[in-house]
Amino acid sequence: MDVIVCVKQIPDPETPAAAFKVDEQAMQVLPAQGISPVISPFDAQAVEAALRIKDASGEGSVNIISLGPDSARDAIKHSLAMGADEGYHLKDDAFDGGDAWTTALALSKAIQHLGVPDVLIFGRQAADWDQGTVGSIVAELLDLPSATVLRAVELSDGGITVSRVVADGFENIDLPTPCVLTISNEFGDPRYPQLRQIMQAARKQVTELTAADLGLDASEVGSAGARVQMHSLFQPTSDVEVEIIEGDTPEEKAAGLVNALREAKIL
Amino acid sequence: MASILVIGEADDSGLTAPTLELLGAASRLSGELGGGVALALIGSGLADAAAAAGPAGADTVYSADAASLADYQTESYLPVAQGIVEQDSPAVVLMSQSSIGRDLAPRLATRLGSAAIMDALGLEVDAGRIKATRSCYGGNARQVVTVQTDPQVITVRPKSQDPLEADASRSADVVSVDVAEPTLRARTTGKEQAESDGIRLEDAEIVVSGGRGLGGPEAFADLERLADVLTAAVGSSRAACDLGWYPPSQQVGLTGTVVSPTLYVAIAISGASQHMAGCGGSKNIVAINKDPDAPIFSFSRFGIVDDYKKVLPALESAFAQAMQ
Repeated sequence: MDVIVCVKQIPDPETPAAAFKVDEQAMQVLPAQGISPVISPFDAQAVEAALRIKDASGEGSVNIISLGPDSARDAIKHSLAMGADEGYHLKDDAFDGGDAWTTALALSKAIQHLGVPDVLIFGRQAADWDQGTVGSIVAELLDLPSATVLRAVELSDGGITVSRVVADGFENIDLPTPCVLTISNEFGDPRYPQLRQIMQAARKQVTELTAADLGLDASEVGSAGARVQMHSLFQPTSDVEVEIIEGDTPEEKAAGLVNALREAKIL
Repeated sequence: MASILVIGEADDSGLTAPTLELLGAASRLSGELGGGVALALIGSGLADAAAAAGPAGADTVYSADAASLADYQTESYLPVAQGIVEQDSPAVVLMSQSSIGRDLAPRLATRLGSAAIMDALGLEVDAGRIKATRSCYGGNARQVVTVQTDPQVITVRPKSQDPLEADASRSADVVSVDVAEPTLRARTTGKEQAESDGIRLEDAEIVVSGGRGLGGPEAFADLERLADVLTAAVGSSRAACDLGWYPPSQQVGLTGTVVSPTLYVAIAISGASQHMAGCGGSKNIVAINKDPDAPIFSFSRFGIVDDYKKVLPALESAFAQAMQ
């Protein structure tokens, strides 16, 4: 089976809250000192799902597309080191300031440019903006069936069978190909590239594509084409002051907590 | 034509709590936007839910009631939702950030030539459009955004909005929507209900939650005993769920369930932003963690700095006495 995975490079979501800083004026997150950006973790899981589909089918390819600045190349290289075949970088100043819509539009054009594969896979959401819409928008633009927030993906007779995470359990869904899938954290850990694979991936060519290569006018993408406007970006503040319950023994601490909760009329 | 169309959800007990919250928010916002509030219900056996819509704040109910819509499927709900939006032509479409809303909203918005904002925490009217405040960067940041195209599609986080007091004197016009037999490419073939013999997480007044710091799945049995004493539901951090220690249905956080109980007891949970996104609305958080610098303490009202293994048995008996 042929699979395309769309990935994104983002600030490391494991960045400790204390190191997380926002430039409110520029409405941007500032790079944290000494913490490198990473491929969005859900996207790494999407690559893992794609590699397993290719392996199970015994043939085909896993190709990677990422839209973004120079750093997007690192998400592509990480995916190649995991075992993906080819990488495509949608890189153009015209893409700057875009939103989920303009990103999905450019990705869908790139997918058509490369040929719609059997399966298109995304992470359930990019762990920076946490919107979780790009996969569904691409599915709509390409008129493909989709299943989102998946914990398991398997080949079935002529199609794909998935398990979708819902509030009170799981749904099993059968999809024909071509289709769009988005992978959730319940999928499990992705493989971690070994040094030799990283070296090999470093030598692989990544094809760059501009808006014009995709037949897109600059007015359709980036900030010019965006449908959602951001007015501000800030860090929330917590106004809670914690009271640490002291005591010499666990029993004293437990009793102290119960007393405190009663005095505060919480119990 | 309504100014705001809520695409609601119903279960055996009628309109779901998030739907009542959406109608509350829609009533508040429509007062400023001008125009009414409509509710779209898509499903099967909707009569009771439709009857509850007026008292909950709707002026009009579009009821798409068909056996083929009993369970959510993207391709069966999407054309029905599209049809209702085109019939009503609202300025704003609100949905819950539920399993359905997450899946339906972006496709619906795209099909309508517009865009969706997901998981809004706050909604206000500004210059005739809805300004939505939402969480991003795993809960580390907030952004304020508007959809610049029409209709403005927005999903809203459960428990972030207040429902209206039900007013039995109000009623809504019910418009029956014709449903065509859907053409399905993707098909839902079955459902696995999560095992849950306890209290539903989102309904619980008290939630006892465990994280990676528990060190293994067996500790959740201890949490369940404590939860029994407190008549609480048991939750888990994403880290603990991803390690397979507890079912994903019990995950509290950005990618799991959002809870806002009176008391949230976080045991061996560090307090990552994406976890706080799921429990930050709790009225009181109590943290038990051996690391005095764990971020969870900065969100907590009370804390115990100690190994949970030592504290938990003592806590169980102290609570048992207190609850008598």
